[in-house]
Amino acid sequence: MALPAAFRIRPCGDAALTVEFGDTVDPDLNAQVLGLDADVAAAKLPGVVETIPTYRSLFVQYDPVAADFASLSQALQSLAENAKPHAASGRCWRIPVVYGGEMGFDLEDVARTHGMSPSEIAKRHQAATYRIYMIGFTPGFAYLGGLDQSIATPRRAAPRAVTPPGAIMIGGVQACVQCQAAPSGWHVLGRTPMRNFLPSREPMFLMAPGDNVRFHAIELRDWPALERDAARGLPVAELVSA
Amino acid sequence: MIEILDDDSQASIQDRGRFGWRAIGVGSSGAMDALALERANLLVGNAADAAAIEIPGTPLRVRFRTAVQFALVGAGAAAKLDGRELLPDSTSPAHADAELQVERPSVGTYSYLAIRGGFEVPVVLGSRSTHLRGVFGGHEGRVLARGDLLAHGPANADAKGVFGLTPPRTTLALPGDAPGIAHVRVLPAAEYDRFAHASRAAFWTTAWKISAQSNRSGYRLIGPNLDLETPLEMRSHGLLPGVIQAPNGGTPIIQLADAFTAGGYPKIGTVIAADLWRVAQAPLGSALRFVQVDYAAARAAQAVLDADRARVRMWIDLCRGLGA
Repeated sequence: MALPAAFRIRPCGDAALTVEFGDTVDPDLNAQVLGLDADVAAAKLPGVVETIPTYRSLFVQYDPVAADFASLSQALQSLAENAKPHAASGRCWRIPVVYGGEMGFDLEDVARTHGMSPSEIAKRHQAATYRIYMIGFTPGFAYLGGLDQSIATPRRAAPRAVTPPGAIMIGGVQACVQCQAAPSGWHVLGRTPMRNFLPSREPMFLMAPGDNVRFHAIELRDWPALERDAARGLPVAELVSA
Repeated sequence: MIEILDDDSQASIQDRGRFGWRAIGVGSSGAMDALALERANLLVGNAADAAAIEIPGTPLRVRFRTAVQFALVGAGAAAKLDGRELLPDSTSPAHADAELQVERPSVGTYSYLAIRGGFEVPVVLGSRSTHLRGVFGGHEGRVLARGDLLAHGPANADAKGVFGLTPPRTTLALPGDAPGIAHVRVLPAAEYDRFAHASRAAFWTTAWKISAQSNRSGYRLIGPNLDLETPLEMRSHGLLPGVIQAPNGGTPIIQLADAFTAGGYPKIGTVIAADLWRVAQAPLGSALRFVQVDYAAARAAQAVLDADRARVRMWIDLCRGLGA
């Protein structure tokens, strides 16, 4: 039996704390975070407002009137010592992407940075299987790990004020599927019509941390029909077993 | 019904906020000054967290289509009901077709217009707050515009009269507070020790000017650039209102009600929960000073705030009992 992962609990102001498991992008650490998150939800600790599972830490927001750091961290300590890693979901999303051109306006720059052709970058981006480590930043934004290190690219020096909905981006060793338009310093390789978050749809969210993701290229001429389908609430991405 | 008579006010429907969805990227939204929202609601006899119109320091005119009891609380903006001046932070009855005119405030920023019965926009993910970036919640997921008609709950005969409150900028002022300069108490955050010694010192000694690029997402501060001891490559981490991030070689940003739920910039401090209203009410262009406190002092500040909230509740009950 594996020993429980080492962790530490740190305050974040007087209304939140983080339980930190290590410092790296690692599926095992992330599974620990998700396992603890499930246990915290089940334990219904007094004063806990909400949680954010991230790459390697669980962020816990609490009501500073109903709970305090000492008692809450004690409760979390015993949950974290006994937490079982979250089992992989076994789900994989195959996400359609239009690479390059106006849909992926940074593809050529990224290619130049690595001395590769744009199609080679797109090929390597599609060859990997990614893990969704966390959902956050904006509604439905999926942070992915598993990027081919040969195409990892430092973030832009000057972030853009707006990147489009559905942007498929890479930043450093991270990759993502963006859902809503937002500022970003990441590189836009392409765009997907998929909408991970659609408030008018049931379910409102499609992807969850612990799911896998793969990308496949589609042609620009396929975009309008898929975008219409996505707006109507169809998933557009295909769900397969991991 | 209430009719909005102006465009460009950037006013929106907000309640306490939407909690439980940060894990999927949906931030809380909600009132920038939750204390003022609570006072406005209590003045009209609503639950403290009912939905109100948040007016972000802009002029706004509305028409009450039916007779209502309303309250306008927060920035201390001058306001007129059918040309008659209102007391700041007060409640009044309005007759059908009365027009309320709210002016641009000079000392604060956010005002809350509460109506007896609360605004009855649909509840989305547990809240009536407008999620402006996500275009959902509130009234059609957007800021209010001329011609919008907003429904509210049934008026209740027991909410009546004209009475008001002393604002917290008076009752809860901190040492050194003056027009154009507000103090807020801050706990050092996770990466505080990674900032260069001189930058840590500057963080506490600077009168940080609030940039015009500030909004519900966050207040950007103008002052000296803050540097890390050594560059830090961070994993994205959770965020909530009050967290102060500082990009290496940049100036601080205070995350507020519409903040992203995650980010990767180093965190230098966190505004204590009891002082978030002070940040929200500091006008753009004015200065903020950060006062370093520890966790025990943050708890004590929360207790002082809660005692003041209890006092306000008692005062409102008293006024209502007297049939003011």
